[in-house]
Amino acid sequence: MCEIQNLRTEFKANPGQNENDRFFEIDVKGLSFSYRNDGGHSGRTLYGIDFHAHKGECVGIIGANGVGKSTFLKILVGLLDGFDGKINIGGLELNKKNLSDIRRMTGYVFQDSENQLFMSTVYEDVAFAPQNYGYSPQQTEERVNMALSQMGIEDLRDRHTFMLSGGQKKLAAIASIISMTPEIILMDEPTIALDPRNRKNLIRVINSFSQLRIIASHDLDMIQDTCTRVVLMNNGRFVREGSADEILNNRQLLEENGLELPLGSRLRQSRNEGNNGE
Amino acid sequence: MKSKRRFKSASGQMRQIELLAEKDSWLNRIHPLCKFLVTMLYIVLVVSVHRYDLNGLLGMCVYPIVLFMLGEISVTEGLYRLRIVLPLVCFIGIFNPFFDREVIFYIEGFSFTGRIAVTSGVISMFTLMLKGILTVLAAYLLVATTTIDKICSALRMLHVPKILVTVVLLIYRYASLLSSEVRKMSQAYSLRAPGHKGVNPKVWGSFAGLLLIRSIDRAQIVYESMLLRGFQGEFNDMKNQKINKKDYLFFGGWCAILVAIRILM
Repeated sequence: MCEIQNLRTEFKANPGQNENDRFFEIDVKGLSFSYRNDGGHSGRTLYGIDFHAHKGECVGIIGANGVGKSTFLKILVGLLDGFDGKINIGGLELNKKNLSDIRRMTGYVFQDSENQLFMSTVYEDVAFAPQNYGYSPQQTEERVNMALSQMGIEDLRDRHTFMLSGGQKKLAAIASIISMTPEIILMDEPTIALDPRNRKNLIRVINSFSQLRIIASHDLDMIQDTCTRVVLMNNGRFVREGSADEILNNRQLLEENGLELPLGSRLRQSRNEGNNGE
Repeated sequence: MKSKRRFKSASGQMRQIELLAEKDSWLNRIHPLCKFLVTMLYIVLVVSVHRYDLNGLLGMCVYPIVLFMLGEISVTEGLYRLRIVLPLVCFIGIFNPFFDREVIFYIEGFSFTGRIAVTSGVISMFTLMLKGILTVLAAYLLVATTTIDKICSALRMLHVPKILVTVVLLIYRYASLLSSEVRKMSQAYSLRAPGHKGVNPKVWGSFAGLLLIRSIDRAQIVYESMLLRGFQGEFNDMKNQKINKKDYLFFGGWCAILVAIRILM
Protein backbone atom coordinates (compact mmCIF):
# COMPACT_ATOMS: atom_id res chain seq x y z
CA MET A 1 0.00 0.00 0.00
CA CYS A 2 2.87 2.29 0.97
CA GLU A 3 4.66 1.37 -2.28
CA ILE A 4 1.61 2.24 -4.31
CA GLN A 5 1.32 5.53 -2.50
CA ASN A 6 4.96 6.31 -3.38
CA LEU A 7 4.37 5.45 -7.00
CA ARG A 8 1.35 7.73 -7.07
CA THR A 9 3.29 10.62 -5.56
CA GLU A 10 6.12 10.08 -8.05
CA PHE A 11 3.64 9.91 -10.89
CA LYS A 12 2.02 13.18 -9.91
CA ALA A 13 5.37 14.88 -9.42
CA ASN A 14 6.68 13.90 -12.86
CA PRO A 15 4.02 14.52 -15.45
CA GLY A 16 6.32 13.87 -18.39
CA GLN A 17 7.93 10.74 -17.07
CA ASN A 18 7.33 7.43 -18.80
CA GLU A 19 6.46 5.01 -16.03
CA ASN A 20 7.73 1.83 -17.66
CA ASP A 21 8.58 0.18 -14.42
CA ARG A 22 5.08 0.44 -13.04
CA PHE A 23 2.79 -2.53 -12.94
CA PHE A 24 0.29 -1.76 -15.63
CA GLU A 25 -2.21 -4.36 -14.79
CA ILE A 26 -5.94 -4.40 -14.61
CA ASP A 27 -7.50 -6.38 -11.83
CA VAL A 28 -11.27 -6.59 -11.53
CA LYS A 29 -12.98 -8.49 -8.75
CA GLY A 30 -16.70 -9.11 -8.39
CA LEU A 31 -17.76 -6.25 -10.66
CA SER A 32 -21.51 -5.73 -10.93
CA PHE A 33 -23.21 -2.77 -12.53
CA SER A 34 -26.71 -1.64 -13.45
CA TYR A 35 -27.92 1.30 -15.46
CA ARG A 36 -30.49 2.88 -13.22
CA ASN A 37 -33.47 4.90 -14.28
CA ASP A 38 -35.79 6.60 -11.88
CA GLY A 39 -38.18 3.72 -12.32
CA GLY A 40 -35.58 1.11 -11.39
CA HIS A 41 -33.20 -1.12 -13.36
CA SER A 42 -33.01 -0.99 -17.10
CA GLY A 43 -30.89 -2.17 -19.99
CA ARG A 44 -27.55 -3.87 -19.82
CA THR A 45 -26.14 -5.01 -16.54
CA LEU A 46 -22.86 -6.62 -15.52
CA TYR A 47 -22.88 -9.42 -12.99
CA GLY A 48 -19.97 -10.52 -10.79
CA ILE A 49 -17.14 -10.07 -13.27
CA ASP A 50 -13.62 -11.18 -12.37
CA PHE A 51 -10.94 -10.17 -14.81
CA HIS A 52 -7.19 -9.78 -14.89
CA ALA A 53 -4.92 -8.44 -17.63
CA HIS A 54 -1.21 -7.72 -17.46
CA LYS A 55 1.33 -5.47 -19.14
CA GLY A 56 1.82 -5.93 -22.89
CA GLU A 57 -1.10 -8.29 -23.27
CA CYS A 58 -3.82 -7.90 -25.89
CA VAL A 59 -7.16 -9.15 -24.64
CA GLY A 60 -10.29 -9.35 -26.76
CA ILE A 61 -13.70 -8.99 -25.19
CA ILE A 62 -16.21 -10.53 -27.53
CA GLY A 63 -19.93 -10.91 -27.45
CA ALA A 64 -23.08 -10.04 -29.36
CA ASN A 65 -24.57 -6.54 -29.35
CA GLY A 66 -25.81 -5.33 -25.97
CA VAL A 67 -24.04 -7.86 -23.76
CA GLY A 68 -22.13 -5.20 -21.83
CA LYS A 69 -18.74 -4.97 -23.59
CA SER A 70 -18.78 -1.17 -23.92
CA THR A 71 -20.20 -0.81 -20.42
CA PHE A 72 -17.31 -2.83 -19.05
CA LEU A 73 -14.74 -0.63 -20.82
CA LYS A 74 -16.49 2.58 -19.74
CA ILE A 75 -16.40 1.45 -16.13
CA LEU A 76 -12.65 0.83 -16.41
CA VAL A 77 -12.03 4.50 -17.28
CA GLY A 78 -14.52 5.80 -14.74
CA LEU A 79 -17.12 7.02 -17.22
CA LEU A 80 -19.74 5.00 -15.38
CA ASP A 81 -19.75 4.91 -11.63
CA GLY A 82 -21.93 3.30 -9.03
CA PHE A 83 -20.55 -0.22 -9.58
CA ASP A 84 -20.07 -2.92 -6.98
CA GLY A 85 -16.78 -4.76 -6.66
CA LYS A 86 -13.16 -3.72 -6.82
CA ILE A 87 -11.16 -2.47 -9.77
CA ASN A 88 -7.41 -1.88 -9.65
CA ILE A 89 -5.66 -0.25 -12.58
CA GLY A 90 -1.90 0.22 -12.57
CA GLY A 91 -1.83 -0.38 -8.84
CA LEU A 92 -4.48 2.25 -8.12
CA GLU A 93 -7.94 1.46 -6.97
CA LEU A 94 -10.59 2.93 -9.25
CA ASN A 95 -12.28 5.61 -7.20
CA LYS A 96 -12.85 9.37 -7.43
CA LYS A 97 -9.55 10.15 -5.78
CA ASN A 98 -7.47 8.16 -8.27
CA LEU A 99 -9.59 8.82 -11.33
CA SER A 100 -7.40 11.47 -12.92
CA ASP A 101 -4.26 9.33 -12.46
CA ILE A 102 -5.99 6.30 -13.91
CA ARG A 103 -7.30 8.28 -16.87
CA ARG A 104 -3.84 9.60 -17.46
CA MET A 105 -2.40 6.13 -17.97
CA THR A 106 -5.41 4.86 -19.90
CA GLY A 107 -6.31 5.71 -23.47
CA TYR A 108 -9.87 5.03 -24.55
CA VAL A 109 -10.82 4.86 -28.22
CA PHE A 110 -14.53 5.44 -28.67
CA GLN A 111 -16.68 3.41 -31.01
CA ASP A 112 -17.54 6.47 -33.09
CA SER A 113 -14.36 8.42 -33.83
CA GLU A 114 -16.41 11.37 -35.03
CA ASN A 115 -17.39 12.04 -31.43
CA GLN A 116 -13.81 11.73 -30.27
CA LEU A 117 -12.43 14.36 -32.62
CA PHE A 118 -13.79 17.68 -31.43
CA MET A 119 -11.05 20.17 -32.26
CA SER A 120 -10.73 21.91 -35.61
CA THR A 121 -7.61 20.26 -36.96
CA VAL A 122 -5.92 16.89 -36.46
CA TYR A 123 -2.94 18.65 -34.88
CA GLU A 124 -5.11 20.43 -32.34
CA ASP A 125 -6.95 17.26 -31.46
CA VAL A 126 -3.81 15.20 -31.01
CA ALA A 127 -2.24 18.02 -28.98
CA PHE A 128 -5.29 18.34 -26.72
CA ALA A 129 -4.22 15.74 -24.12
CA PRO A 130 -0.53 16.76 -23.80
CA GLN A 131 -1.57 20.39 -23.37
CA ASN A 132 -4.07 19.50 -20.68
CA TYR A 133 -1.44 17.46 -18.90
CA GLY A 134 0.83 20.47 -18.73
CA TYR A 135 3.51 19.58 -21.26
CA SER A 136 5.51 22.44 -22.70
CA PRO A 137 4.82 23.51 -26.30
CA GLN A 138 8.01 21.74 -27.40
CA GLN A 139 7.11 18.51 -25.60
CA THR A 140 3.59 18.72 -26.99
CA GLU A 141 4.99 19.13 -30.50
CA GLU A 142 7.23 16.09 -30.02
CA ARG A 143 4.34 14.00 -28.73
CA VAL A 144 2.08 15.04 -31.59
CA ASN A 145 4.78 14.20 -34.13
CA MET A 146 5.40 10.85 -32.46
CA ALA A 147 1.71 9.95 -32.39
CA LEU A 148 1.11 11.03 -35.99
CA SER A 149 4.13 9.16 -37.29
CA GLN A 150 3.19 6.03 -35.32
CA MET A 151 -0.21 6.12 -36.99
CA GLY A 152 1.33 7.01 -40.37
CA ILE A 153 -0.84 10.12 -40.74
CA GLU A 154 1.76 12.90 -40.67
CA ASP A 155 0.24 14.26 -43.87
CA LEU A 156 -3.09 14.81 -42.10
CA ARG A 157 -1.55 17.06 -39.45
CA ASP A 158 -3.18 20.31 -40.57
CA ARG A 159 -6.30 18.79 -42.06
CA HIS A 160 -9.68 19.67 -40.63
CA THR A 161 -11.17 16.78 -38.70
CA PHE A 162 -14.48 17.09 -40.52
CA MET A 163 -12.72 16.56 -43.84
CA LEU A 164 -11.28 13.15 -42.94
CA SER A 165 -12.55 9.82 -44.21
CA GLY A 166 -13.81 7.19 -41.77
CA GLY A 167 -10.48 5.33 -41.73
CA GLN A 168 -8.50 8.54 -41.29
CA LYS A 169 -10.78 9.60 -38.45
CA LYS A 170 -10.16 6.31 -36.66
CA LEU A 171 -6.38 6.68 -37.00
CA ALA A 172 -6.56 10.32 -35.86
CA ALA A 173 -8.66 9.26 -32.86
CA ILE A 174 -6.07 6.66 -31.90
CA ALA A 175 -3.27 9.21 -32.41
CA SER A 176 -5.11 11.55 -30.05
CA ILE A 177 -4.77 9.01 -27.27
CA ILE A 178 -1.28 7.80 -28.24
CA SER A 179 0.01 11.35 -27.67
CA MET A 180 -0.78 10.76 -23.99
CA THR A 181 1.62 7.79 -24.08
CA PRO A 182 -0.89 5.62 -22.21
CA GLU A 183 0.19 2.30 -20.78
CA ILE A 184 -3.25 0.81 -21.23
CA ILE A 185 -5.31 1.16 -24.40
CA LEU A 186 -9.00 0.36 -24.41
CA MET A 187 -10.76 0.15 -27.75
CA ASP A 188 -14.47 -0.09 -28.31
CA GLU A 189 -15.34 -1.68 -31.66
CA PRO A 190 -12.29 -0.21 -33.42
CA THR A 191 -13.00 -1.72 -36.85
CA ILE A 192 -16.62 -0.71 -37.08
CA ALA A 193 -17.47 0.99 -40.41
CA LEU A 194 -13.96 0.54 -41.80
CA ASP A 195 -13.29 -0.73 -45.30
CA PRO A 196 -10.99 -3.78 -45.73
CA ARG A 197 -7.87 -1.73 -46.40
CA ASN A 198 -8.38 0.58 -43.41
CA ARG A 199 -9.30 -2.39 -41.26
CA LYS A 200 -6.07 -4.15 -42.25
CA ASN A 201 -4.11 -1.01 -41.55
CA LEU A 202 -5.75 -0.67 -38.14
CA ILE A 203 -4.90 -4.27 -37.27
CA ARG A 204 -1.27 -3.56 -38.17
CA VAL A 205 -1.34 -0.48 -35.93
CA ILE A 206 -2.89 -2.37 -32.99
CA ASN A 207 -0.28 -5.11 -33.32
CA SER A 208 2.50 -2.53 -33.29
CA PHE A 209 1.56 -1.36 -29.79
CA SER A 210 3.42 -2.72 -26.81
CA GLN A 211 0.91 -1.48 -24.26
CA LEU A 212 -1.74 -3.52 -22.53
CA ARG A 213 -4.64 -3.51 -24.96
CA ILE A 214 -8.23 -4.47 -24.33
CA ILE A 215 -10.42 -4.59 -27.39
CA ALA A 216 -14.18 -4.95 -27.20
CA SER A 217 -15.61 -6.13 -30.49
CA HIS A 218 -17.78 -8.60 -32.32
CA ASP A 219 -15.40 -8.50 -35.29
CA LEU A 220 -13.92 -11.89 -34.47
CA ASP A 221 -11.55 -11.89 -37.43
CA MET A 222 -9.91 -8.74 -36.11
CA ILE A 223 -9.80 -10.21 -32.60
CA GLN A 224 -8.13 -13.33 -34.01
CA ASP A 225 -5.54 -11.17 -35.77
CA THR A 226 -4.72 -9.05 -32.74
CA CYS A 227 -5.48 -10.76 -29.43
CA THR A 228 -3.76 -13.58 -27.62
CA ARG A 229 -6.48 -14.00 -25.03
CA VAL A 230 -10.22 -13.73 -25.42
CA VAL A 231 -13.07 -13.28 -22.98
CA LEU A 232 -16.55 -14.21 -24.16
CA MET A 233 -19.45 -12.21 -22.73
CA ASN A 234 -23.14 -12.88 -22.70
CA ASN A 235 -25.92 -11.22 -20.73
CA GLY A 236 -23.51 -9.17 -18.67
CA ARG A 237 -21.41 -12.13 -17.59
CA PHE A 238 -18.03 -13.47 -18.60
CA VAL A 239 -19.04 -16.85 -20.02
CA ARG A 240 -15.64 -18.21 -20.98
CA GLU A 241 -12.05 -17.03 -20.93
CA GLY A 242 -9.17 -18.63 -22.76
CA SER A 243 -6.62 -18.34 -25.53
CA ALA A 244 -7.80 -16.78 -28.78
CA ASP A 245 -7.33 -20.10 -30.62
CA GLU A 246 -9.35 -22.01 -28.08
CA ILE A 247 -12.34 -19.67 -28.01
CA LEU A 248 -12.43 -18.55 -31.60
CA ASN A 249 -12.35 -22.09 -32.97
CA ASN A 250 -15.20 -23.31 -30.79
CA ARG A 251 -18.17 -23.09 -33.13
CA GLN A 252 -20.71 -24.41 -30.63
CA LEU A 253 -19.65 -22.01 -27.89
CA LEU A 254 -19.73 -19.01 -30.21
CA GLU A 255 -23.10 -19.89 -31.71
CA GLU A 256 -24.62 -20.44 -28.28
CA ASN A 257 -23.60 -16.91 -27.45
CA GLY A 258 -24.90 -15.21 -30.57
CA LEU A 259 -21.65 -15.20 -32.56
CA GLU A 260 -20.21 -17.02 -35.52
CA LEU A 261 -16.84 -18.54 -36.20
CA PRO A 262 -14.42 -16.00 -37.66
CA LEU A 263 -13.79 -16.42 -41.36
CA GLY A 264 -10.27 -17.77 -40.84
CA SER A 265 -11.48 -20.49 -38.47
CA ARG A 266 -14.38 -21.30 -40.76
CA LEU A 267 -12.05 -21.78 -43.72
CA ARG A 268 -9.70 -23.89 -41.64
CA GLN A 269 -12.51 -26.07 -40.37
CA SER A 270 -14.08 -26.57 -43.77
CA ARG A 271 -10.64 -27.46 -45.16
CA ASN A 272 -10.19 -30.02 -42.39
CA GLU A 273 -13.65 -31.42 -43.02
CA GLY A 274 -12.78 -31.69 -46.72
CA ASN A 275 -9.54 -33.51 -45.93
CA ASN A 276 -11.35 -35.91 -43.58
CA GLY A 277 -13.97 -36.58 -46.27
CA GLU A 278 -11.28 -37.54 -48.75
CA MET B 1 -35.57 19.70 -48.33
CA LYS B 2 -35.41 23.41 -47.83
CA SER B 3 -34.81 23.07 -44.08
CA LYS B 4 -32.23 20.36 -44.73
CA ARG B 5 -30.37 22.63 -47.11
CA ARG B 6 -30.60 25.48 -44.64
CA PHE B 7 -29.02 23.45 -41.83
CA LYS B 8 -26.45 22.00 -44.16
CA SER B 9 -25.52 25.47 -45.30
CA ALA B 10 -25.42 26.72 -41.68
CA SER B 11 -22.85 24.12 -40.69
CA GLY B 12 -21.06 24.63 -44.00
CA GLN B 13 -20.83 28.36 -43.35
CA MET B 14 -19.42 27.76 -39.88
CA ARG B 15 -16.78 25.58 -41.43
CA GLN B 16 -16.05 28.18 -44.09
CA ILE B 17 -15.46 30.80 -41.42
CA GLU B 18 -13.26 28.31 -39.54
CA LEU B 19 -11.24 27.75 -42.70
CA LEU B 20 -10.82 31.49 -43.14
CA ALA B 21 -9.68 31.83 -39.54
CA GLU B 22 -7.13 29.05 -40.07
CA LYS B 23 -5.52 30.90 -43.00
CA ASP B 24 -1.96 32.09 -42.70
CA SER B 25 -2.39 35.73 -43.66
CA TRP B 26 -0.67 38.69 -42.00
CA LEU B 27 -3.85 39.62 -40.18
CA ASN B 28 -4.45 36.05 -39.00
CA ARG B 29 -1.01 36.05 -37.41
CA ILE B 30 -1.70 39.14 -35.30
CA HIS B 31 -2.10 38.29 -31.64
CA PRO B 32 -5.77 37.51 -30.86
CA LEU B 33 -5.79 39.80 -27.83
CA CYS B 34 -4.78 42.81 -29.97
CA LYS B 35 -7.42 42.03 -32.59
CA PHE B 36 -10.04 41.49 -29.92
CA LEU B 37 -9.28 44.76 -28.14
CA VAL B 38 -9.19 46.78 -31.37
CA THR B 39 -12.51 45.26 -32.39
CA MET B 40 -14.06 46.14 -29.04
CA LEU B 41 -12.71 49.69 -29.24
CA TYR B 42 -14.04 50.02 -32.78
CA ILE B 43 -17.51 48.82 -31.77
CA VAL B 44 -17.59 51.21 -28.82
CA LEU B 45 -16.50 54.14 -31.00
CA VAL B 46 -19.00 53.32 -33.73
CA VAL B 47 -21.83 52.97 -31.24
CA SER B 48 -20.83 56.25 -29.58
CA VAL B 49 -21.24 58.28 -32.79
CA HIS B 50 -24.16 60.71 -32.54
CA ARG B 51 -27.31 59.59 -34.34
CA TYR B 52 -27.23 62.56 -36.75
CA ASP B 53 -23.47 62.39 -37.38
CA LEU B 54 -23.40 60.43 -40.62
CA ASN B 55 -20.04 61.96 -41.59
CA GLY B 56 -18.34 60.66 -38.46
CA LEU B 57 -19.66 57.21 -39.19
CA LEU B 58 -18.49 57.25 -42.80
CA GLY B 59 -14.96 57.86 -41.51
CA MET B 60 -15.25 54.69 -39.47
CA CYS B 61 -15.63 52.67 -42.67
CA VAL B 62 -11.84 52.84 -43.05
CA TYR B 63 -11.33 50.02 -40.53
CA PRO B 64 -13.33 47.25 -42.23
CA ILE B 65 -12.07 48.28 -45.67
CA VAL B 66 -8.42 48.04 -44.61
CA LEU B 67 -9.00 44.79 -42.71
CA PHE B 68 -10.72 43.18 -45.68
CA MET B 69 -7.58 43.93 -47.69
CA LEU B 70 -5.10 42.88 -45.00
CA GLY B 71 -6.97 39.68 -44.22
CA GLU B 72 -7.44 38.81 -47.90
CA ILE B 73 -11.13 38.27 -47.21
CA SER B 74 -13.78 38.55 -49.88
CA VAL B 75 -15.86 41.73 -49.37
CA THR B 76 -18.85 40.26 -51.19
CA GLU B 77 -18.75 37.21 -48.91
CA GLY B 78 -18.61 39.49 -45.87
CA LEU B 79 -21.56 41.53 -47.11
CA TYR B 80 -23.41 38.31 -47.96
CA ARG B 81 -23.07 37.21 -44.33
CA LEU B 82 -24.79 40.45 -43.29
CA ARG B 83 -28.05 39.34 -44.89
CA ILE B 84 -29.14 37.59 -41.69
CA VAL B 85 -28.84 40.65 -39.45
CA LEU B 86 -29.64 43.27 -42.05
CA PRO B 87 -33.46 42.90 -41.81
CA LEU B 88 -33.23 43.38 -38.03
CA VAL B 89 -31.06 46.48 -38.42
CA CYS B 90 -33.44 47.88 -41.04
CA PHE B 91 -36.47 47.09 -38.89
CA ILE B 92 -35.04 49.03 -35.96
CA GLY B 93 -34.24 52.11 -38.06
CA ILE B 94 -37.21 52.15 -40.39
CA PHE B 95 -39.57 53.90 -37.98
CA ASN B 96 -37.26 56.84 -37.30
CA PRO B 97 -38.49 58.96 -40.29
CA PHE B 98 -42.05 58.72 -38.97
CA PHE B 99 -41.28 59.93 -35.48
CA ASP B 100 -38.41 62.34 -36.10
CA ARG B 101 -39.71 64.80 -38.71
CA GLU B 102 -37.55 67.86 -38.23
CA VAL B 103 -36.25 69.00 -41.64
CA ILE B 104 -32.50 69.36 -41.77
CA PHE B 105 -31.95 70.27 -45.42
CA TYR B 106 -33.51 70.04 -48.85
CA ILE B 107 -32.26 68.31 -51.93
CA GLU B 108 -33.03 70.53 -54.91
CA GLY B 109 -33.44 69.85 -58.62
CA PHE B 110 -36.15 67.21 -58.82
CA SER B 111 -38.42 67.86 -61.80
CA PHE B 112 -41.70 66.66 -60.28
CA THR B 113 -41.43 67.48 -56.62
CA GLY B 114 -39.10 70.42 -56.92
CA ARG B 115 -37.13 69.54 -53.82
CA ILE B 116 -37.04 66.77 -51.27
CA ALA B 117 -36.89 67.44 -47.55
CA VAL B 118 -34.38 65.37 -45.64
CA THR B 119 -35.53 65.00 -42.08
CA SER B 120 -33.42 64.16 -39.06
CA GLY B 121 -35.35 60.87 -38.91
CA VAL B 122 -33.96 59.82 -42.30
CA ILE B 123 -30.43 60.71 -41.22
CA SER B 124 -30.77 58.79 -37.96
CA MET B 125 -32.21 55.81 -39.86
CA PHE B 126 -29.14 55.66 -42.10
CA THR B 127 -26.84 56.19 -39.12
CA LEU B 128 -28.46 53.35 -37.24
CA MET B 129 -28.25 51.03 -40.23
CA LEU B 130 -24.63 51.91 -40.83
CA LYS B 131 -23.80 51.40 -37.17
CA GLY B 132 -25.36 47.94 -37.29
CA ILE B 133 -23.56 47.03 -40.49
CA LEU B 134 -20.17 48.29 -39.29
CA THR B 135 -20.33 46.56 -35.89
CA VAL B 136 -21.42 43.25 -37.42
CA LEU B 137 -18.70 43.54 -40.06
CA ALA B 138 -16.10 44.20 -37.35
CA ALA B 139 -17.24 41.10 -35.46
CA TYR B 140 -17.20 39.08 -38.69
CA LEU B 141 -13.67 40.26 -39.45
CA LEU B 142 -12.58 39.17 -35.99
CA VAL B 143 -14.00 35.64 -36.29
CA ALA B 144 -12.85 35.32 -39.89
CA THR B 145 -9.25 36.02 -38.92
CA THR B 146 -9.11 34.42 -35.47
CA THR B 147 -10.12 30.91 -34.44
CA ILE B 148 -12.61 30.50 -31.63
CA ASP B 149 -9.91 28.94 -29.43
CA LYS B 150 -7.72 32.01 -29.88
CA ILE B 151 -10.57 34.40 -29.18
CA CYS B 152 -11.30 32.48 -26.00
CA SER B 153 -7.64 32.50 -25.00
CA ALA B 154 -7.73 36.30 -25.47
CA LEU B 155 -10.77 36.43 -23.20
CA ARG B 156 -8.88 34.43 -20.59
CA MET B 157 -5.95 36.86 -20.87
CA LEU B 158 -8.44 39.58 -20.02
CA HIS B 159 -9.38 37.56 -16.93
CA VAL B 160 -12.86 36.75 -18.12
CA PRO B 161 -13.97 33.95 -15.75
CA LYS B 162 -12.95 30.46 -16.87
CA ILE B 163 -16.50 29.17 -16.62
CA LEU B 164 -17.82 31.78 -19.08
CA VAL B 165 -15.06 31.15 -21.60
CA THR B 166 -15.58 27.39 -21.38
CA VAL B 167 -19.31 27.83 -21.90
CA VAL B 168 -18.63 29.90 -25.04
CA LEU B 169 -16.28 27.24 -26.38
CA LEU B 170 -18.59 24.35 -25.62
CA ILE B 171 -21.58 26.11 -27.17
CA TYR B 172 -19.50 26.59 -30.29
CA ARG B 173 -18.47 22.93 -30.32
CA TYR B 174 -21.98 21.70 -29.63
CA ALA B 175 -23.56 23.99 -32.23
CA SER B 176 -21.79 22.02 -34.93
CA LEU B 177 -22.95 18.75 -33.33
CA LEU B 178 -26.50 20.02 -33.27
CA SER B 179 -26.41 21.06 -36.91
CA SER B 180 -24.91 17.73 -37.94
CA GLU B 181 -27.68 15.88 -36.06
CA VAL B 182 -30.31 18.04 -37.76
CA ARG B 183 -28.74 17.27 -41.11
CA LYS B 184 -28.74 13.51 -40.48
CA MET B 185 -32.31 13.48 -39.20
CA SER B 186 -33.69 15.61 -42.00
CA GLN B 187 -31.86 13.46 -44.54
CA ALA B 188 -33.43 10.35 -43.02
CA TYR B 189 -36.82 12.10 -43.06
CA SER B 190 -36.64 13.32 -46.64
CA LEU B 191 -35.56 9.89 -47.90
CA ARG B 192 -38.75 8.42 -46.49
CA ALA B 193 -40.97 11.36 -47.33
CA PRO B 194 -40.21 12.23 -50.94
CA GLY B 195 -41.90 15.33 -52.24
CA HIS B 196 -42.51 16.82 -48.80
CA LYS B 197 -41.50 20.44 -48.41
CA GLY B 198 -39.66 20.61 -45.12
CA VAL B 199 -40.64 18.56 -42.12
CA ASN B 200 -44.36 17.96 -41.69
CA PRO B 201 -45.72 19.93 -38.69
CA LYS B 202 -47.24 16.67 -37.37
CA VAL B 203 -43.79 15.31 -36.61
CA TRP B 204 -42.22 18.54 -35.34
CA GLY B 205 -42.69 17.46 -31.73
CA SER B 206 -41.03 14.07 -32.04
CA PHE B 207 -38.42 15.51 -34.40
CA ALA B 208 -37.43 18.24 -31.95
CA GLY B 209 -37.53 15.89 -28.95
CA LEU B 210 -35.38 13.28 -30.63
CA LEU B 211 -33.01 15.94 -31.89
CA LEU B 212 -32.55 17.22 -28.37
CA ILE B 213 -31.94 13.74 -26.94
CA ARG B 214 -29.52 12.80 -29.71
CA SER B 215 -27.63 16.09 -29.39
CA ILE B 216 -27.35 15.72 -25.62
CA ASP B 217 -26.16 12.15 -26.10
CA ARG B 218 -23.49 13.18 -28.57
CA ALA B 219 -22.47 16.16 -26.48
CA GLN B 220 -22.08 13.81 -23.52
CA ILE B 221 -19.77 11.52 -25.52
CA VAL B 222 -17.69 14.48 -26.67
CA TYR B 223 -17.45 15.70 -23.10
CA GLU B 224 -16.42 12.24 -21.90
CA SER B 225 -13.79 12.14 -24.61
CA MET B 226 -12.48 15.49 -23.36
CA LEU B 227 -12.45 14.32 -19.76
CA LEU B 228 -10.50 11.21 -20.68
CA ARG B 229 -7.82 13.41 -22.19
CA GLY B 230 -7.30 15.50 -19.12
CA PHE B 231 -9.82 18.29 -19.74
CA GLN B 232 -10.32 20.23 -16.53
CA GLY B 233 -12.58 23.01 -17.65
CA GLU B 234 -10.10 25.08 -19.62
CA PHE B 235 -8.94 24.98 -23.19
CA ASN B 236 -5.25 25.63 -23.49
CA ASP B 237 -3.87 27.99 -26.03
CA MET B 238 -2.44 25.97 -28.86
CA LYS B 239 0.68 27.84 -29.69
CA ASN B 240 1.28 30.02 -26.66
CA GLN B 241 1.62 32.99 -29.00
CA LYS B 242 3.48 35.94 -27.54
CA ILE B 243 2.73 39.59 -28.21
CA ASN B 244 5.50 41.06 -30.36
CA LYS B 245 6.33 44.41 -31.98
CA LYS B 246 4.03 43.82 -34.94
CA ASP B 247 1.10 43.19 -32.58
CA TYR B 248 1.82 46.32 -30.55
CA LEU B 249 2.04 48.29 -33.78
CA PHE B 250 -1.30 46.91 -34.97
CA PHE B 251 -2.97 47.67 -31.65
CA GLY B 252 -1.40 51.11 -31.12
CA GLY B 253 -1.82 52.15 -34.75
CA TRP B 254 -5.49 51.30 -34.96
CA CYS B 255 -6.28 52.80 -31.57
CA ALA B 256 -4.69 56.08 -32.67
CA ILE B 257 -6.37 56.08 -36.10
CA LEU B 258 -9.82 55.20 -34.78
CA VAL B 259 -9.74 57.71 -31.93
CA ALA B 260 -8.44 60.40 -34.32
CA ILE B 261 -11.26 59.70 -36.81
CA ARG B 262 -13.79 59.80 -34.01
CA ILE B 263 -12.52 63.13 -32.69
CA LEU B 264 -11.74 64.87 -35.95
CA MET B 265 -14.68 63.86 -38.12
